[in-house]
This record gives sequence, structure tokens and C-alpha cells, in this order.
Amino acid sequence: MSQFLQSIFAGVTVGATYALAALGFSIIYNASGVINFAQGEFIMLGGMIAAFLVALGAPLALAVVAAVIVVAAIGLIVAKTAVEPARGADVTTLIIITIGVSMVLRGGVEVTMGKGGHALPPFSGDKPIVLAGATILPQSLWVVATTLVVVAGLALFFERTRLGKGILATAHNRLAAQLVGVDTRRVLSVSFVLSAALGAIGGILIAPIANTSYDAGVMLGLKGFVAATIGGLGSGVGAVAGGVALGLLESLTAGYLSSAYKDAAAFVIVLVILLVRPSGMFGAASSSRV
Amino acid sequence: MRSLFRATLAALALAAAGSCALAADPIKIGAVLSVTGPAAFLGEPELKTLQIYVDKTNAEGGLLGRQIELVSYDDGSEAARANSFTKRLIEDDHVDVLIGGTTTGATMGMYPLVERAEIPFISLGGGVVIVEPVKKWMFKVAHNDRMAAERVFADAKKRGLTKIALLSETSGFGQSGRKETLAAAPKAGVEIVADETYGPKDTDVTAQLAKIRAIDGVQAIFVFGLGQGPAVVAKNIAQLGIKLPVYQTHGVASQEFIRLAGEAAEGERLPAAAILVPDQLADSDPQKAIEKDYVALYTLKTGSDISTFGGHARDAFFIWKAAVERAGSVDKAKVRDEIEKTAGFTGTGGLVTMSPEDHLGLSASAFRMIEIHDGKWKLVP
Repeated sequence: MSQFLQSIFAGVTVGATYALAALGFSIIYNASGVINFAQGEFIMLGGMIAAFLVALGAPLALAVVAAVIVVAAIGLIVAKTAVEPARGADVTTLIIITIGVSMVLRGGVEVTMGKGGHALPPFSGDKPIVLAGATILPQSLWVVATTLVVVAGLALFFERTRLGKGILATAHNRLAAQLVGVDTRRVLSVSFVLSAALGAIGGILIAPIANTSYDAGVMLGLKGFVAATIGGLGSGVGAVAGGVALGLLESLTAGYLSSAYKDAAAFVIVLVILLVRPSGMFGAASSSRV
Repeated sequence: MRSLFRATLAALALAAAGSCALAADPIKIGAVLSVTGPAAFLGEPELKTLQIYVDKTNAEGGLLGRQIELVSYDDGSEAARANSFTKRLIEDDHVDVLIGGTTTGATMGMYPLVERAEIPFISLGGGVVIVEPVKKWMFKVAHNDRMAAERVFADAKKRGLTKIALLSETSGFGQSGRKETLAAAPKAGVEIVADETYGPKDTDVTAQLAKIRAIDGVQAIFVFGLGQGPAVVAKNIAQLGIKLPVYQTHGVASQEFIRLAGEAAEGERLPAAAILVPDQLADSDPQKAIEKDYVALYTLKTGSDISTFGGHARDAFFIWKAAVERAGSVDKAKVRDEIEKTAGFTGTGGLVTMSPEDHLGLSASAFRMIEIHDGKWKLVP
């Protein structure tokens, strides 16, 4: 029983970070139809910048807030300088641009902050909490709780604010949105800022548990993309469900089948989903996105 | 009169040879190293170390009166690229010796070209496959993964631990280590009660550890991984409150591991080269002076922490340099033969005595058992 619970704890924690990455993918996909392969880099940047600031002597809370703001600004710069100028190009070109952006970001961090790994101190100690024989770190609770808050906040943003509704409208039909006066170019910038901030939050939350380095974003970004695919690209509920499902699947495979099949299990599920439900669990093409 | 004439002639000849050599091309060392990418923490100190000793040798008058030039390429930790750089080093740069292949994969990718070009090659990779079976032109300075497993088992048995859970990384290093560990266990009288793996970029290994914890009679955990992964494992072990003794390998023998794992690394043991603990060696230890000298020079020139991996590059350089001095030329076949005759060489990795059957020449005693204590490396007596 304690082993089962331990696998669940591990799965939910990791799944929550996948969910944040998947949300980032979905938001940009909705706004532009582009799969942003620099999403993993936003995750890495969050963790690295926070760790860097803490190493310089900044208080943890300040470092965290500053890191999110800096990464959001980087997201804006990426949107303005790399994606927007190529607005007319087809989606494949834009995707290749995001791959280029990811290389630039990764290389930039490698040169300025070094190739070594960095640790971020946990937010509230590292004394594990024992629950029915299984243990969970306070940091894991932070990860899960923050993800819940962020998801709730996003839901409110998309349903209650003019800007959020504008993004939704653009996702459904860009031309129609333009006709009714939605500034679709602003939508693109906002979606990059949102995604970058989401990525940064995920990267910061997971850094005390898993450490971070300049190349930490590659795998997290890939898993986030897988989670988004499972849940259905463009669907907010799908991103969260896909992330948690992927995390649970990985940890249960590692705990009960064999750890050697852990990553294979994730990719098998993607294949199955793509065959059976190409639009993902929640991604019915006609239903509302985000 | 006649002897005077001879002496003059000899002196003239020497002078001519000397000036010839000065005008002659420098001796070229070709290196393919993983200076960027996941194996950068191995390749970067290797490159810096080579450069330090090439510069030092040149400042002291060079080798055989000639200057040494280091031509190096970065394979970005991609084994496939090591091969094309090797081709360039051999065909365009016309190097006299090859050092490198930071990883076992890169080394094995380079070797076919090396064999065809018949050029002496000293690898810095760790896999046992580099020297078993022996390959004519290839030598190795880094400890074998099998030696690490044997050293761990010897120490575990001394503490009365015979049921050991293995947790290996899915990287090349971890998988080669896993194979060697499973092979070495029966011979050492140790039972491997669990055989789990984790990915080098995994952020959570608690599922595997919970499984290991549930096994009856497990007495110790042996983690076979490189770089950051083992730090996550160490943290997860602490999180689960597992009190079993933990062994790591030489793959974590850099200060970064202690920094990342923090308190979770306390009490963990690992087999590693004496370079981690130069000050704790006995004064009579032949390695003491060499380790202290290298550590001082490296820290002075680079300002960064020492790691065992740069030490491998140092050993490779000096084994080659001594071979060239003995051969009196950089003739490739002669140098190869002399490298093979290396005997009683004291390096940062241990005492090296090679033979036609052994192109590594390190004994198991080259590994010291080290415990992490108060955030520092401590030699286990």
C-alpha cells in the first residue's frame, strides 16, 4: 500500500509540472497554431534564473518573482522579434523558428550561467511528510497547489476577461475575431508571455526537487508536448489531465512493471491515443479550445 | 686532432638538428573531446588540462626540441560527430597522436579510422570495451566500470553487506556499468536483489526506490550513474527516509554532486581516484606529490574545482610524452610500441604498467574508497 501511495505521490508531482508545460504548449497553439518548441527552454530559464539570483544572495521569494517576470519578458521578446516578423509564413516555418529560439536560449544560458547543475532551496524545508507509510516532500505540495491555483486563474482569465475571451475567439476563428475588433497581434504576444510565465513557474517549482541545468528544458519540454498531445492540443482541461496521466503512468510503470519501460510506456500511450483518438482525450476538433 | 674534429662535427650536426627542429613543424596532438553537451563536465576539464600541460611543456622548451600544438574539436557529446572530426584530424591536420573520445561511445566511433591510419590513440572513456579485447593502436587511462563495481563489492563485504540493490542510469555509462556490475557480483559473492534503472534527466526516482525498499533483506543500494541523476537519487533516498548504506560510483566524483545533493549525500560512499583527497594520502604514497601538483596547477590556471576527469587527460598526455621521449621521435609505430611498454608510471588515476595484453595497466588498488562527510570527501581507511 505504501509503495502504491508513493508511486501516486511521485506521479502527481511530476504530472503537475508536465501539466504546466502542456498548458504553455496549448495556449500558444491556440493563439497561433504553432507548437512552440522553446516551451521547454522557458521551464529551464525559470529554474536557472531563480537559482542564479539565489546564488547571488537574493532572498528566495524575490528571486522567484523576479525569475517569472524576466522569463515572461523573454517570452515577449521572442514573440516580437522571432515569431511576429514571420507572421505570414506557414506553420512549419514558425515551428522551425521556435526550434531555433530554443537553441539560442539554451546556448545563451550555457555561456552565461555555465554548464553545471544548480540547486534551488526548497520553499518550506525538506523534511518529508509521512502519510500512511509513504512520504511526500513539502515542495511537492507546493508544486501541486500552485498548479491548481494557476489552472483556476487561467480558467477565470479565459472566461471572465475581455483579453482572455479575445484569445479564445482568435483560437476559434482568426478572421472572425479580427472582424469583431480583436487585436490578434496582441493576442500572440499575450499568449507567449503567458506561456513563458507558466513555464517559468513550473521550472522554479520543480528545481528544488530535481535540480536544474541549461539543458533541463529539453526533456521537460518533450514530456509537456506528449502530455498536451494525450490531453488534446489546445484544450486546457486536456493539458492538465494529460500531464497528470502521464506522470502517474510513468511512476506506476516504474514502480510495478519495470523502470526500464517507464519512458516507453509514455510513448506507447501517445501512439495509442493518436491511433484511437487523434485529437486527444479532450481535444474534439469542434469543441471549445483552452 | 681526429677526436676534436669528430666532436666539432657532432656539435655542428647537433646545432643543425636543433635549428632544423626549431624551423620544423610543431608536434601535433589531435583531440576530440565533449566540451559541450551532456558530457561537458567531463570534456571541459579534459581540454583545459591538455592545454595547460601543452603550454607548460612549450614554455619549458618543448618536446624533442619541438613545440607542441594542440588541435582540438568539440563533438558536442555526440558520438557520431567524433568520427568525422577524427577523419579531419588525421587527413587534414596530420596529427602525430590522438587523445580523446571523452565518452566510450565517441571512442568506439573513432577507432576504425585510427586503426586504418595506424596512429597511437589514448582514450579518456571509461568503458571496459575500449581495451577488452585489446586493440593494437588504442590505449586507455580512465578506470573501468568493472573495477568500480569490484571495489564497491569489496568494501560492502567488509561491512557485511551482501544483498545489494542496483539502480543504474539508462545512459551509456550506467548501462555499461550495470552489465559489469551484474557480471562481477557472483564472483565477489554478492547478491543483486534488485535491478532498477532511471533516466539521466528524471526528476523523480521515488517509485523505483519504494520498490527497492519493499524487498526483503536488502542491505545496501548501489547507484551507477553520471552527473546530476545520482544527485536526484540521493535526495529521493533521503526523502523516503531509507537508512540503507548507499554506494555511488566515480561518475559523481566532482564537487558538483555534493553541491546538488547537499545533506542527502552525507555518508554515501564511492570508489574514486586519489585526486579527490590529495591531502589525506599517506606521505609515503607515490601519488601524493603528483596529485597535489596537478590540483594546485589546475586550480591556479582555471580557478575551477578539480575533478578526476581532467586528471585522465593529464595522465594521457604524460604517458604519451614519456613514450615520445623514449622513442626519440614521433614515429607513430615506435611511439605506439613505447606506450605499450609504459611501466611504473604514476598518474592521477593510479600506477600504470601496460603490456601487450593490457592497454589500461591500472590495478584495482587505483580506486580509493571515499565517503562524503560534512560535505567533503573523506578517505575510508
